[in-house]
Amino acid sequence: MSVQIAGVKRGPAARLRALGGGWLQNLCLLLLVLFVLVSVFAPWLAPQDPTYGDLGSGLVGPSAEHWLGTDQGGHDTFSALIEGSRTSLVGPLAVVLFSTVTGIAVGLFTAWRGGWADTVIGRLLDVVFAFPALLVAILAVAIFGKGMTAPVIAMSLAYMPYTARLVRGLALQEQARPYIAAYRVQGHSGVFVAVRRLLPNIGPTVLAQSTVNFGYALLDLAALSFLGLGVQPPTPDWGAMINQSQAAVLQGQPLSSTVPAVAVVLVVVAFNVVGENFGDRLAGRDS
Amino acid sequence: MALLEYEALNIALPGMARPVLDGIDLTVAAGEIVALVGESGSGKSVTARAALGLFPAGADIEGHVRVDGTDLVSADATGLRTIRTAKASMIFQDPRAGINPVRRIGDFLTESLRVSHGWAKDRANARAAELLAAVGLPDPARHLRQYPHQLSGGMLQRVMIAGALTTEPRLLLCDEPTTALDVSTQAEIMAILGRLQRERDLGLLLITHDIELAAAACDRVYVMYAGRIVETAPTAELFAAPRHPYTAGLLGSSPPLSAPNGPPARLTPIPGAPMGLLDSAPGCSFAARCRFARPGVCDQSPPPLERHGTALVACHRADDLTSVPDALAATATAPNSPHMEDG
Amino acid sequence: MSRAATRALGVLRRLAGMAATLLATSFLVFSSLYLAPGDPASFLVRGRSASPQELAEIRRQYGFDQPFLVQYGHWLDNVLHGDFGRSYLFHQDVSSVLWSRLPATLLLIGVSALLIAVVGIAAGMVGALRRGTRTDSVLMLLVTVGAAAPAFVAALLLRSVFGVRLGWFPTIGNGTGVLDRLHHIVLPAVALSVTFMALVTRVTRSSMLEELGREHVEVAMSRGTPRWTVIRRHVLRNALGPIVTVSALLISGMLVSTSIVETAFGMSGVGSLLVQSVNQMDFQVVQAIVLLVVAAFVVLNALVDIVHPLIDPRVAAAGSAR
Repeated sequence: MSVQIAGVKRGPAARLRALGGGWLQNLCLLLLVLFVLVSVFAPWLAPQDPTYGDLGSGLVGPSAEHWLGTDQGGHDTFSALIEGSRTSLVGPLAVVLFSTVTGIAVGLFTAWRGGWADTVIGRLLDVVFAFPALLVAILAVAIFGKGMTAPVIAMSLAYMPYTARLVRGLALQEQARPYIAAYRVQGHSGVFVAVRRLLPNIGPTVLAQSTVNFGYALLDLAALSFLGLGVQPPTPDWGAMINQSQAAVLQGQPLSSTVPAVAVVLVVVAFNVVGENFGDRLAGRDS
Repeated sequence: MALLEYEALNIALPGMARPVLDGIDLTVAAGEIVALVGESGSGKSVTARAALGLFPAGADIEGHVRVDGTDLVSADATGLRTIRTAKASMIFQDPRAGINPVRRIGDFLTESLRVSHGWAKDRANARAAELLAAVGLPDPARHLRQYPHQLSGGMLQRVMIAGALTTEPRLLLCDEPTTALDVSTQAEIMAILGRLQRERDLGLLLITHDIELAAAACDRVYVMYAGRIVETAPTAELFAAPRHPYTAGLLGSSPPLSAPNGPPARLTPIPGAPMGLLDSAPGCSFAARCRFARPGVCDQSPPPLERHGTALVACHRADDLTSVPDALAATATAPNSPHMEDG
Repeated sequence: MSRAATRALGVLRRLAGMAATLLATSFLVFSSLYLAPGDPASFLVRGRSASPQELAEIRRQYGFDQPFLVQYGHWLDNVLHGDFGRSYLFHQDVSSVLWSRLPATLLLIGVSALLIAVVGIAAGMVGALRRGTRTDSVLMLLVTVGAAAPAFVAALLLRSVFGVRLGWFPTIGNGTGVLDRLHHIVLPAVALSVTFMALVTRVTRSSMLEELGREHVEVAMSRGTPRWTVIRRHVLRNALGPIVTVSALLISGMLVSTSIVETAFGMSGVGSLLVQSVNQMDFQVVQAIVLLVVAAFVVLNALVDIVHPLIDPRVAAAGSAR
């Protein structure tokens, strides 16, 4: 049974349909596609240069020239929003890619080897677990200075145990199924079976988890920029935009910070909803 | 007046093709043991739960279920509570699932007395210990302090029985009380139930899929199929001469409890599968699986429950099929065809 | 072996595990200093002009000329005696800087934790008991948005609406005196709570739904036990396990988030101290705070594991069977 399922190849259209669901799910999926498109084509989409501050027109309201107004430095909020989507995509993407790949490697290795290697690595993962991602990112900034590179690497490490544990659990479950034994009996090497046969079966569940992780990584990195420790001005970034507009909020001009705040929440909601629905559906399929 | 009385009880769930219960009439007198037999999905558990006013959520309910004269379909909260806390109790199938795993056994046993009857802790504990001894548990004082996971399934079912008796009900509803237990424990549990029923003169409704168990323990048997009662008779008559083909089929498909010496009897399974809630039939629900179903008769209208001797039978052919087991035996040896005897 | 002895052994084993994890985390935090490019002594005095004599003094004080493990042992010994080194920014011991900031942060966390527990559990109960209704849908939507609303967004919104527009609450600072402090802490506490409240609501709701479907709940109902007694004694009581299990993760997350909230509201506390110290390159303070937050998680997690069998006796049975 499982062997057959593993062998089924689905076309991209069928895959997309399988992702679709209720209106909320579809709306969120649409939002994610929009988010990715905007961040890829940001330089062509932004009507103005968000790094150019026209001090003469600071904190103006929405107009034909500035669709979403300007911040106190006279930067166009709409353009900053569009250009800022890039850092919001690239940072979390790097974190999720790195943590997923290493997490899969560690998870598969521990599940496959078992014994003392599993125990020792499990204890080490417990230790890493004790470090919240944002805290590790802050520590990385304290050591290597402000910017995104060091925090992204540090956060990748902090997120890794989540994927590793998930993969280990899934792999142990999957290993107990007869098709794995069947492959082993046929003389395939352990690495081959783990990577080519087992991984495709647990892949979707891991992908669902990584989608949710993307949202959380985005939140952590935006928080870092909000604290002034991540992306540095004048590079546009949603977290940094909120940070710089705090004075404007106290002056009763919250628009320039509300816009990126709404963007952060919407994108993270979309990632959570899509990832969780996807995961729920997979869990339903298995049971 | 009967202790427990169902009168034309209908329970329907929205979106289902047929009612869960369809015109149930059933009575249990004080001191009587009555069995309700049927396959899973026949509605027997729903029937039992209705006696405590536990109806499926969102169901349309018509008819009456009376316990000691109180109608549970129309009862208000106080009426329901009176029945549940003092008149009737239920023993559930799986004691492992039915007793809260994070609370102590003593807590399970005394909850009703303390919460609903306002007993003091010591008095309730003394009663609980008494009942644990009555169901044959060796060390009541210790068991009261234990957690469910520390007892075996058989011991837990005894706890469940003791729990049902704490408030001294007159009616005991037993929903497959031995199904979740291993075979050797089943007999012990049935013996305890029988003894307690006699000692306390309880009315007892035993829900089971095991027709032989019903034969061994009960005064009267109701047979249920797809939400309807298809036959009821005193136990001896029902076993000697089942009138409904489904009853005969059930008897023919289960091994006799006390087999005489000699070659084991041949078991004949009932063909087909029980009717689900998403299927319905215009005539007799059992017609699709019945060897004696007659086109033009059995598929036209549901058969009414009619008196034939000591039995009540709901079958269009009850008049002309006098001995269903013999007819069954005849068709079983013939080539497999459901309408054989018609030719 | 008696049950009490088994239980005590389990607790001891868990405490030993906790000590080992603490040791490992402290080693990681200590070594992080050596990840910095260049000479550790000059790293510690970054951004300040230090004479060669001062540098030599620092090297001697920290034992940078000794082997790595000896330095670690020395550092650990100091930490265990409450000595986290010296803050070059405040010209004080790190521990006394921390002590002065700790009460404000603990108050913030305490108020938030109370808010999270009360509102989160209540909302989760409402969601579970009103499952499938409009109330439940609205609640779940709020939970989805709340889980995605970071503290800095919540802070922004709260300051803008309740601080600036309505003027009900102050938008900056810690306040003085009991009432004024509490008045100042309302908005920060709410901002800190939003995400975690959503988490607790969700955990409570799903945990309660699972318990509501259990047969022992039906058994209790069948005995005529009043609905709220059943919910309290059987549903909520049994649903506590998962809620307690997430609490360590929750408090650790809150500790980190105080840096956001305290910075956003211009409060003086350990969280804002962390950000300030990173900005001012006061590494000793950063290291101490990171160590404390991580240690808090490890200790709380061990505590949760030790308490869990008291809530669910099956856990204890599984533990002693191992």
